[in-house]
Amino acid sequence: MDWSTIIAGLLTLAILSFLYRDNPAYKMAESLLIGVSIGYFLVIIWTKTIMDLLVDPLFYDAKWPLVIPMALGIMMFGRFHKKTSSLSRIPIAVLIGSGAGVAIPAMLEARILKQVSATVGPLLTDTGMPDISVIVVLIGVLTTLSYFYFSHEHKGALGVSAKVGTYFLMAFFGTTFGYTVMSRMSTFIGRMEFLLSDFLKLTQ
Amino acid sequence: MGDYRSKFAMVETMMNRRIPQMICFAFGAALFTVFFLSHPLAKDLNLTITVDYWQIIFAFTLIVGVVSFVRITIKNIKKGEDRPYRIVSLIGLIAMPVLALIWGIRGDSPFMWVFEYVQVPMQSTVFALLAFFVASASFRGFRARSAPAAVLLIAALLTLLSRSSLEGILPVYFSDFADWIRSNPSMAARRAILIGIGLGSLTTSLRVLLGIERTWLGGEK
Repeated sequence: MDWSTIIAGLLTLAILSFLYRDNPAYKMAESLLIGVSIGYFLVIIWTKTIMDLLVDPLFYDAKWPLVIPMALGIMMFGRFHKKTSSLSRIPIAVLIGSGAGVAIPAMLEARILKQVSATVGPLLTDTGMPDISVIVVLIGVLTTLSYFYFSHEHKGALGVSAKVGTYFLMAFFGTTFGYTVMSRMSTFIGRMEFLLSDFLKLTQ
Repeated sequence: MGDYRSKFAMVETMMNRRIPQMICFAFGAALFTVFFLSHPLAKDLNLTITVDYWQIIFAFTLIVGVVSFVRITIKNIKKGEDRPYRIVSLIGLIAMPVLALIWGIRGDSPFMWVFEYVQVPMQSTVFALLAFFVASASFRGFRARSAPAAVLLIAALLTLLSRSSLEGILPVYFSDFADWIRSNPSMAARRAILIGIGLGSLTTSLRVLLGIERTWLGGEK
């Protein structure tokens, strides 16, 4: 067995030891994971963004407009001193302002218009029979939306509609929960497979 | 003296609130307008700001975060709070850039070895650990005490059983019914939530651009 597998196996066991209770081995592995993850992302951001998108085009290809994001980025470091902390609000203003400007049309198109158009379809099939699936989706969208309408008290027709919406929401939460459990389980099976076959050599 | 103070307060307010608000509005209005223009220059500007500029500013933001993390960690090491664990974190953080500087970040480099045999196994195990917590939480919480709770339980069980290895043993209509639940009632609620998110984002963006929503500026000053 090579050293790489032994180290990976021991670290996997250290993390799994948390199932028993919080212990120094788990804490050590967790701290290492935090440090290594931050270091990894720092290196990737440095090489793929700062060097590839900023330093190389700016200093080798003379793309001078890149001075603007560089200056904005440097302003972020103003946070570390009280006297210069207001400088960091400028890049934040650029990010939030441009984000909001982009979000208005994008949200309107992708999250509202497209979702509404996908909901509204022919309620009857070609044979003239009601299309149950389309009707269920239409009722589900309307009643769920009514559940999130808080400007009026949920009484009368709105109350009934909101109550029906609750059932649709529960169906959604149930399926989402099922998929989450399945994805976590498949990852766990993967880790167990590694431990039992690669690390402990108990299975083939 | 009082005059100087009031002038200083005015400048401080300008720097802290007014100028960032004006910049926020200017960039927001510009990008909103650019979205509706089909001229290649407008498209270029949109892409340059939302792809390159954002990435560069976010990269600097991440570096600010790392510096802040190192400062806090060193402060805690000096205080003696969880010293061994903090030192391990700091070693891990410093080791990665050092390895990258000496041997590079190619596929067979020590940097990638640490990623493959230290970071990935631990990260996926932490992710897998949540399976147990989700299972224990559901064991305690899944009680069909009311009709909506029963719907939640049935939908979850249908999804779990139809996606498990029992799929071949269970009748075909069982799996079909689970798929129908996912594609219709569940999809309807998901769609309504997405519409709600869209409406919420739209109004929040408008409030930010018009200066009604100012929480992003922080405190009172």
